Amino acid sequence: MLVVAFVSFSLFNFVGDPINNMVGEETSDEERYELRETLGLMDPIHVQFSRFVVNASKGEFGISYQLRRPVSELIAERLPATIELVVISALIALISGTLLGVYTGINRKSFVSDVILAVSLLGVSLPTFVIGILFIYLFAVILGILPSFGRGEVVDLGFWTTGFLSISGWKAIILPSVTLSLFQMTYIIRLVRAEMMEILQTDYIKFARARGISEESIKYKHALKNGLIPVITIAGINIGTLIAFSIITETVFQWPGMGFLFIQAVQFVDIPIMSAYLVFIAFVFVMINFIVDILYYFIDPRIRVKGDSVSG
Amino acid sequence: MSFLKIKDLSVNYQMRKETVYAAKNVNIEVNKGEILGLVGESGSGKSTVGNAIINLIDEPGKVSSGSILLGELNIHEDPKNIVKYRGKKIGLIFQDPQTSLNPILTIGEQLIETIQTHLALTKEEAKERSISLLKEVGIKDAAKRFDDYPHQFSGGMRQRVVISLALCCEPELLIADEPTTALDVSIQSQILDLIKKLTKERNLAVILITHDMGVIAETANRVAVMKNGDVVEIGITKEILTNPKETYTKSLVSSVPPTNKKISRFVIIEKENNIDNKNNLKILNRWTKKKIIKQDLVQVKNLSKSFDDNFFTESSKNSVMAVNDVSFNIREGESFGLVGESGSGKSTIAKMIVNLFKPSAGEFFFDNVCVTKIKQNSEMMKFRKQIQMIFQDPYSSLNGRLKVRDIVSEPIKLHNPLISKNDLDSYVFDLLESVELAQNSADRYPHEFSGGQRQRISIARSLATQPRLLVCDEPTSALDVSIQAQILNLLKDLQEQLNLTILFISHDLPVVRQMCDRIGVLRDGKLCEVSDTEDLFLKPQHDYTKELLRLMPKIESIYN
Repeated sequence: MLVVAFVSFSLFNFVGDPINNMVGEETSDEERYELRETLGLMDPIHVQFSRFVVNASKGEFGISYQLRRPVSELIAERLPATIELVVISALIALISGTLLGVYTGINRKSFVSDVILAVSLLGVSLPTFVIGILFIYLFAVILGILPSFGRGEVVDLGFWTTGFLSISGWKAIILPSVTLSLFQMTYIIRLVRAEMMEILQTDYIKFARARGISEESIKYKHALKNGLIPVITIAGINIGTLIAFSIITETVFQWPGMGFLFIQAVQFVDIPIMSAYLVFIAFVFVMINFIVDILYYFIDPRIRVKGDSVSG
Repeated sequence: MSFLKIKDLSVNYQMRKETVYAAKNVNIEVNKGEILGLVGESGSGKSTVGNAIINLIDEPGKVSSGSILLGELNIHEDPKNIVKYRGKKIGLIFQDPQTSLNPILTIGEQLIETIQTHLALTKEEAKERSISLLKEVGIKDAAKRFDDYPHQFSGGMRQRVVISLALCCEPELLIADEPTTALDVSIQSQILDLIKKLTKERNLAVILITHDMGVIAETANRVAVMKNGDVVEIGITKEILTNPKETYTKSLVSSVPPTNKKISRFVIIEKENNIDNKNNLKILNRWTKKKIIKQDLVQVKNLSKSFDDNFFTESSKNSVMAVNDVSFNIREGESFGLVGESGSGKSTIAKMIVNLFKPSAGEFFFDNVCVTKIKQNSEMMKFRKQIQMIFQDPYSSLNGRLKVRDIVSEPIKLHNPLISKNDLDSYVFDLLESVELAQNSADRYPHEFSGGQRQRISIARSLATQPRLLVCDEPTSALDVSIQAQILNLLKDLQEQLNLTILFISHDLPVVRQMCDRIGVLRDGKLCEVSDTEDLFLKPQHDYTKELLRLMPKIESIYN
């Protein structure tokens, strides 16, 4: 986290003079100096950095150069949109990815599995924005059944704005979330498939067969449970990537989330927003990995007991 | 009237070019209350027969002809029905208890599921039944351990759980596929006793598949010998082992290291041709042969090694003493054996001697120089050159991407960077010849060789630096008996001609008896006893040694 904080902090110092971006042409040198003093830009670097870290931990990232509003406020405003998008697409990716993966892992030679795998190959190789634009063209322009941009009607709950409470909000989220989930989904399909195929060859599956356990139980209870362990690791990492990928998707669909905010910030060299975004993403990655580690504890009994009972 | 009748069973694997028969016209009958041993080397088709009975052959293999009768029932008549008999009529035990239980389900869940699949019992009744089963197979605190996961059990306990799973629905036929191969001697004898006891009590018909003649001698009533998918010979165990009729059976029996006497060489019946001109090995020309002075080449003094479980808290509470205050000497030119069960620390000692592990305490002298105190890399190289190691698994100890030539020449070049290409080539050829491999094998890759040949490559590689001490860590335990006999003969010959000193590590007492001059017995990282081989076998001092010797499966027990 500190490393990321330092990188985003150094953005301030090395990417030009922020004052130039903030003030107009006709500002006098004295006014510039005054502004510099109030922003603390004259202090030595380590003082500036520690101030940055302290403020960042309080959720304060300064004032956006472009919009002249506190960054924390901007992020809070955009956060719900991104979270909703990412959660929905993560769910799509996990659920359909696992289901399809199990199917292709078990019915290795069927025609349907081949089709699924071929399509999933497309999902990996086509860039997200191409798929997004294809979707917009197909569903919004030709069929006209889904909106091509925005979040639809949004209900404000005070601290959170949600699109889940209106039909247009649900309609609006379909295209971007599916687009976003496609890449992860194909990844999970292939992972689950490989895991299932490997586990179905193991001794304990063979032994279960030899005991006459039914095929359904072998596949969905014995094999799948074991197969999901690595999926959780990958899924955890990938939810982080989803947020990163959402920059592109949000731009394509004009989704008013953080990624979109970030792209706008990049265009205007709005460094406080960019650095806040960076720190935020790093924070999310760390949190997700932490959660995954805890999840492991519940899923894999081998980790749970390590330490207290090795005897037997 | 025998209970299980296998008639003309053939199993084939349809390959792209040809059909491979894993079993050809096998005829076997097993009675109730009888243990039939099925022996043979790897690839002989013994496991195939076991799997074919319950129709669990891996793709693309299939039963091509023959019938299997269980009592009056032809169980292969309708392939869909076989699922009903699995577990219910026929129980199966696999080799490795570490992998045959599902790691994320408790043993209770696995037992209950199996019982409920076959018997109409409620969950409570199934649980009761499982607990009494666990007690029957000798698991203490069965009720408490019911909710434990497989990894909380030791290897032997797991195999008991596996047996209880195989028996939980009262099958009449039990197929045990190498049930004790992965276990220590003491555990092995317990499991075999358990199987014998259950056979009697439950009037089971048992097929015991194994490669271990000692196990067969001690447990099986009758034995069937298989080779390349054929049943070569079948009959009463005693007759087969004492008076084999077929050449193959004869050679198999003669390759088994006898437990009751020391022989100078193993008799190898099938390949008697290539053991001439042994006395002029070409590598001898390059070898600065050390004269054998009866002095200590290796001195190990109070060696200890502890492994910390936890990286961060280096508390001694969590650390495991793998080797605890071990001292012994190896004289130049002798074979010193280290025996012990798994976890006794024998491999750890080997790794410390070849400097792969740093000892936690104690000293190790080689040729009167304290190796543990050497700090400089260049000094260390001198010792590495003189001490070489042969590993257990010939499949993973050779780099599959290198040609044999490169594998063998790498250590030569490392210690002698200036060697000319011609010289290097002829050296490699000489080395290969010394391990009885043809010259053309130099340009092939390890996967083209069989296990025994790979182990020969390993030996050639270790000889490349002209070592004085060869550390052999279970060099033959991954090999078939007849191959084991060849490798052991080779090691003996090499030792004799090159005056090698050998540290021979094994769990296999009969093998150690044949190979070693003196033996140290290890238990839980401590050295129990060191004495001359024959003394150890005839007059063991330590209780643990006596126990080990008593439990060792003896092929000779058949004579009594």
